[in-house]
Amino acid sequence: MGFRVIKGGMLTTIQDFGRSGYQSQGFSVGGAMDVRSFKLANLLLDNPENEAALEITLIGPVLEFTADTIIAITGGDFSPKLNDEPCPMYTAVYVKKGDVLAFGSARTGTRCYVAFSGYLAVPVVMGSRCTSLKSGIGGFKGRRLEAGDYVGERIKRRYLPFFLSRKLKAPDYDSDDGVLRVVMGPQDGAFSRQGIETFLNSEYTVTGDFDRMGCRLDGPIIAPKKTSDIISDGIALGAIQVPSAGKPIILLSDRQTTGGYAKIATVISVDIPRLVQKKTDQKIRFKAVTVQEAQALFLQEISELEHMRKEIHTPCREVLDCRLVARRLERLYADAESEQYF
Amino acid sequence: MKDYKILIEGDSSVLIVFGDTISPEINRRVTAAVQLIKEQRIEGIVDMIPAFASLLINYNPMVISYDSIRRRLERILKMDVRGEEGRKRVFEIPVCYGGRFGPDLDNIAAHAGLTPEEVVDIHSSRDYLIYMLGFLPGFCYLGGLDERIHTPRLSSPRLRIPSGSVGIGGSQTGIYPMDSPGGWQLMGMTPVRTYDPNRAEPILVHAGEYIRFVRIGEEEFEDIRARVEAGTYQVTVREGEA
Repeated sequence: MGFRVIKGGMLTTIQDFGRSGYQSQGFSVGGAMDVRSFKLANLLLDNPENEAALEITLIGPVLEFTADTIIAITGGDFSPKLNDEPCPMYTAVYVKKGDVLAFGSARTGTRCYVAFSGYLAVPVVMGSRCTSLKSGIGGFKGRRLEAGDYVGERIKRRYLPFFLSRKLKAPDYDSDDGVLRVVMGPQDGAFSRQGIETFLNSEYTVTGDFDRMGCRLDGPIIAPKKTSDIISDGIALGAIQVPSAGKPIILLSDRQTTGGYAKIATVISVDIPRLVQKKTDQKIRFKAVTVQEAQALFLQEISELEHMRKEIHTPCREVLDCRLVARRLERLYADAESEQYF
Repeated sequence: MKDYKILIEGDSSVLIVFGDTISPEINRRVTAAVQLIKEQRIEGIVDMIPAFASLLINYNPMVISYDSIRRRLERILKMDVRGEEGRKRVFEIPVCYGGRFGPDLDNIAAHAGLTPEEVVDIHSSRDYLIYMLGFLPGFCYLGGLDERIHTPRLSSPRLRIPSGSVGIGGSQTGIYPMDSPGGWQLMGMTPVRTYDPNRAEPILVHAGEYIRFVRIGEEEFEDIRARVEAGTYQVTVREGEA
């Protein structure tokens, strides 16, 4: 039960919500970069929302299934192919023993997620199944997946109700306006008024220095009043550090727990998934909102996901309409005769 | 009198700042606040990162809002608490200074207007209090660096600093426990591993203990490194009154 890795891809890791509670010893939280896509992949399979999934980066892997299971692919479009046929995303897909799932390179976005109905069999380390590349713990042997690895599943689960209803709309990363909402602070006071204006009114470019720790931006220099060195303090997800050179760095999942550069603002939780899907040279801008607005948006997204969960648990037209059911059955039998199924 | 500020760090964290200097007194206030907040068991708090003079609290806004957590924290912080001083444990960490191990030693010396030799003497002549761990697993933030050798961080951080590197960043000094990006000026390297995931206790030292840097030569460095790899090296620990 599970899959064998034929090609590892650029950076394929097992992730979940991350490893909280150990930051005081210096352990990063880690976890999925694009939490929204990660949640949607699990949602499509009725998995627990924190169930471990694969995170695929820029160039995808090739996997061969060693048993039947159900998967869901979300996030950036890596042109996934199942046995050389295009594999649909944002839906539940039944895969069979021996099937080969091959990802190309990211056509849209930079990261995609694969959830499994059988739950990936990797141990829980310090409360999480996520891979911490830096400390070499969690996930699959504390590292990225490589050719030859075998990842098992913990349970057999090959039935999902409302199978045909399990479809969600994929985000259109190309039409994203690139505006990231931020809550100002905690050290916005370290920057001159002009520095703050530059920050909020300029266009910044995503550079190639963009990994699971953070994303370095290029653009107009944000001037500190005197220095941007501070007495090191804790860093939250999405915090925007500005070192003395004046170019902002947005701290992400594998961020260090503490740092010594002033943080001008923090990207709000619901906008981080859009940021982490940006490619090198794409543009972003910042827009200030209040913490209350940010938290309202956070709650709104949770109810939006709840709504999606209801949608995929509603019988779809194809099931309610007799003629469509008849046609589908006919097709299934035709396929069965040609030994495509069963 | 209110001796702290609660600052906003995004929609899921608040930063409590107790002061803008590094002092054992302020640091003890941070430790005491962590203890108090733990005792109060506020629902929605996910993690805490105590630092020199501040405490970052991560919370889940689905469970508790910013306005509520702020009110709860203000009530808690009204209580007066002080940490206690215990016995002093000093870890002696051997360091090979300069050369290929400390590419920025000359920078530090030039900035201080001293010779590299003098910088090393100053750096290795006192016990440093471990104020906190952070940044990386096992990374110790040490207090008490002599003002004469304070050196600003690099204006743009290096992408990779090898593990064991010893450096100075502003008024702080410390050891990189693993390969990492970072902005400190590097002055030397220790063959000792402060973090080793394969050890029963992966993290060598704890907050509240002390570190003393002991100068060694290149030969001794290689010798200790071999013993560390063989698992036969034991760091010297001195105990005494604080």
